[in-house]
Amino acid sequence: MTAMAHLPLSGIRVLDLTAVWAGPHCTMLLCDWGAEVIRVESTQVYQPNTRGHMAKVPQDLPRMRKGWGSMYPDWTPGARPWNRYPVFQSHARNKLSMTADLRRPEGRAVFMELLKTADLVIENNVPETIEKLHVTYEEIVKARPDLIMLRMPAYGLSGQYKNFRSFGMQLEGTTGHTWIRGYADMDASMRDDTFFGDAAAGVAGAYAALLALRHRRRTGKGQLVEMAQAENFIPYLGEAVMDYTMNQRVHSTLGNRHHSAAPQGVYRCKGVEAWLTLTVNNDGEWQAFCNVIGRADLLRDPRFATGIARYKNQDDLDKAIELWTQVRTPWEAAKALQAQGVPAGPVLNDLELVADPQMEAFGYFKELTHLEAGTHKYPGLTWSAAETPNELRTPPCRLGEHNPYVYKELLAVTDETYRVLEETGHIGMDYAPHVP
Amino acid sequence: MPPQALEGVRVLDVTQLIAGPYATKLLADYGADVIKIERPGTGDVSRRLGPFVHDEPHPEKSGLFLHLNSNKRGMTLDLKSATGRKIFLRLAESANVVVESFSPGTMAALGLGYESLREVNPRIIVTSISNYGQTGPYRDYKTSEIIAYAMGGPMHATGLPEREPMKLGGSVIQHQTGAAAATATAMAIWAAESNGHGEHLDLSLFRTQASSQDRRTTMLVGAQYTNENSDRRPPGASTANGIRPCADGYIAIMGAANRFAGVVRMMGQPELLTDPRFDTVVKRSMPDTSEEFDTHYIPFLMQYTKRELFAMAQKNGLPSGPVFTAEDLYLEPHFRERGFWQQVRHPVAGEVTQTGRPFIMNATPWRQTRAAPTLGQHNEEILTSLGYERRDIARLHTLGVL
Repeated sequence: MTAMAHLPLSGIRVLDLTAVWAGPHCTMLLCDWGAEVIRVESTQVYQPNTRGHMAKVPQDLPRMRKGWGSMYPDWTPGARPWNRYPVFQSHARNKLSMTADLRRPEGRAVFMELLKTADLVIENNVPETIEKLHVTYEEIVKARPDLIMLRMPAYGLSGQYKNFRSFGMQLEGTTGHTWIRGYADMDASMRDDTFFGDAAAGVAGAYAALLALRHRRRTGKGQLVEMAQAENFIPYLGEAVMDYTMNQRVHSTLGNRHHSAAPQGVYRCKGVEAWLTLTVNNDGEWQAFCNVIGRADLLRDPRFATGIARYKNQDDLDKAIELWTQVRTPWEAAKALQAQGVPAGPVLNDLELVADPQMEAFGYFKELTHLEAGTHKYPGLTWSAAETPNELRTPPCRLGEHNPYVYKELLAVTDETYRVLEETGHIGMDYAPHVP
Repeated sequence: MPPQALEGVRVLDVTQLIAGPYATKLLADYGADVIKIERPGTGDVSRRLGPFVHDEPHPEKSGLFLHLNSNKRGMTLDLKSATGRKIFLRLAESANVVVESFSPGTMAALGLGYESLREVNPRIIVTSISNYGQTGPYRDYKTSEIIAYAMGGPMHATGLPEREPMKLGGSVIQHQTGAAAATATAMAIWAAESNGHGEHLDLSLFRTQASSQDRRTTMLVGAQYTNENSDRRPPGASTANGIRPCADGYIAIMGAANRFAGVVRMMGQPELLTDPRFDTVVKRSMPDTSEEFDTHYIPFLMQYTKRELFAMAQKNGLPSGPVFTAEDLYLEPHFRERGFWQQVRHPVAGEVTQTGRPFIMNATPWRQTRAAPTLGQHNEEILTSLGYERRDIARLHTLGVL
């Protein structure tokens, strides 16, 4: 319907049962490159944290408790908050949304009919949710013998943690990431939430889907692919893991320091919330660095004569560096350093990144008009392909927006059946009154 | 043995450090024939980076290199020499993919740019991984792990409000760029096998960060919606939410908002739910309330280990995770029983334990087939397949081409 013929995944249909971040990120990447991704949603059950924390968000709450998860347009949830929730809006471009209550026989029948037309089913729920719905690979493969199903729960489909629930920030703990990040001089309980495992799982999930598609095209055979998001993320921590398995050494956090290059850090610049990051990797960069900051005297200081000496004594350098950065804007400092080959860059806030010239050169942000959220720029594609021009096509899908297409065009249900499914709470664009 | 998903795909890998090698490792792990091409004499820079086996610096004992390069074949080649270039082009004739991570423009300067490679192989896929991209005003800027997170990622919103912004741990951003490059490459392989055309992919650390679903994309949408930036927030400001100490370390539990009932149930103190200090979501969102509640909560947590609390929290429906060190992780029965860890025997480094499959493909399995190559290990095997005789190969060694 919306796929463009020249995109590589044009003609591939994905039924998307994903929630929150990791799974939606995966289906976003497939959808960006031409797959038709149909989110299968329900107006009867709220998926926590996917289209917001709750359906009925008090209108004044986001403005009172501002935070990145509550940045509704003008801080206002509006009549249908689930169509304006920024976490959802960040991945749902190009996708389609249909609704059916899979817990009831008619809803399940709709899903099984749709399955016959689909190539992939992708989900990242806790395994028992999929088991309760009876939509495991084993239970649905008969309807589509060459089905590819990608399941990506936090801890996998087996083992003692199979049904344990973790969002990104808790998964970071289990995989060992939390322990090696954060301020070195503060207690671990002062570490805030990061969600890098979601980013990792999304990208690898799309990779897994592509591998399975290739195998299916070569052999005609589908398969079940299982990703434990934790296992996907552990290799990202390779240095810490290898140092333990080889040397039984346990890494702790280095804060903003590098494990061998020095100086590295974050330095206060002129302005409010104005910061520069830099890394000096070797003697050549060190000489250039000292010359740029007008401190050639440091080159003669034995505390900084070698890479190892600089590493040991880098705390002594911080004041000298900040004396130079604090009278410059981050970009003034970064450009002066980069001009002499020293790696440096500003901490860019969101509005700065949206206006960034390099992003402009990519054409990264694209304006889309959403019927319930208005016209805004949205972050775009993860990579460019020279032979395959591509850009965002349609705005984030509204709940149930594509029910007419899915039911009438794909499933060819009669107007009468459509009306009955509406009346019985399968088809709709609003959550049922009992949903909080 | 079942087939692997990327059977029949040959990849020439001229990357080094982390992002490129992780991309090609993912391709190799699922069956691609990856030929890792290194600079004669010194090889991949990561060979000189630790950690080293038994802390002994040695180009064949870098844990980082071993981690990122298993399942690949390795050869040395001086791409700046005319013969080296000729050999590379011969290899490119039968390859599907070239992955490179030089500074933008370097491949073209070597006469090995996308256009040159297309002349010998019209279906070639070139995956370029760079700091900021192949074009644009920042094209020639240098970067690092922390700089990529600062510019592309949500670093401005990571850390404490009264402190400096904080990077993530280790080299996760470089690994993420590698994973994105593997995904883009698989997409281009799929396309090439559909329509016979090649591709030049442009990936960068900067852009991968700006498009990764670790808050940044949400914050970018949110900034458009509100004209405001996100900022750093104090952790644990919401009652019973976040990382807290326990008997043997730390536990992360999500107890905010409607999950508070699960927390007091876990504590065996359900009366706290109706305690006038804690009885509304708004009250529980206040930092002072959180501190007040901690006077009940932390003494409870200190009685149990992080694994015990993980199980107790889960039983009460609370998303949670123990804060594991690498040792905790390695010893954790869940991952051991699932067969995650791999013992890999390397001719110089000996037997090392490495991370296993990122995902399980039931019909086309992940496989650990070979250790990371020693420098130039497969020179003879690869050049022989191109028709070189043993004495030619010896001569190329002497000339420094290999």
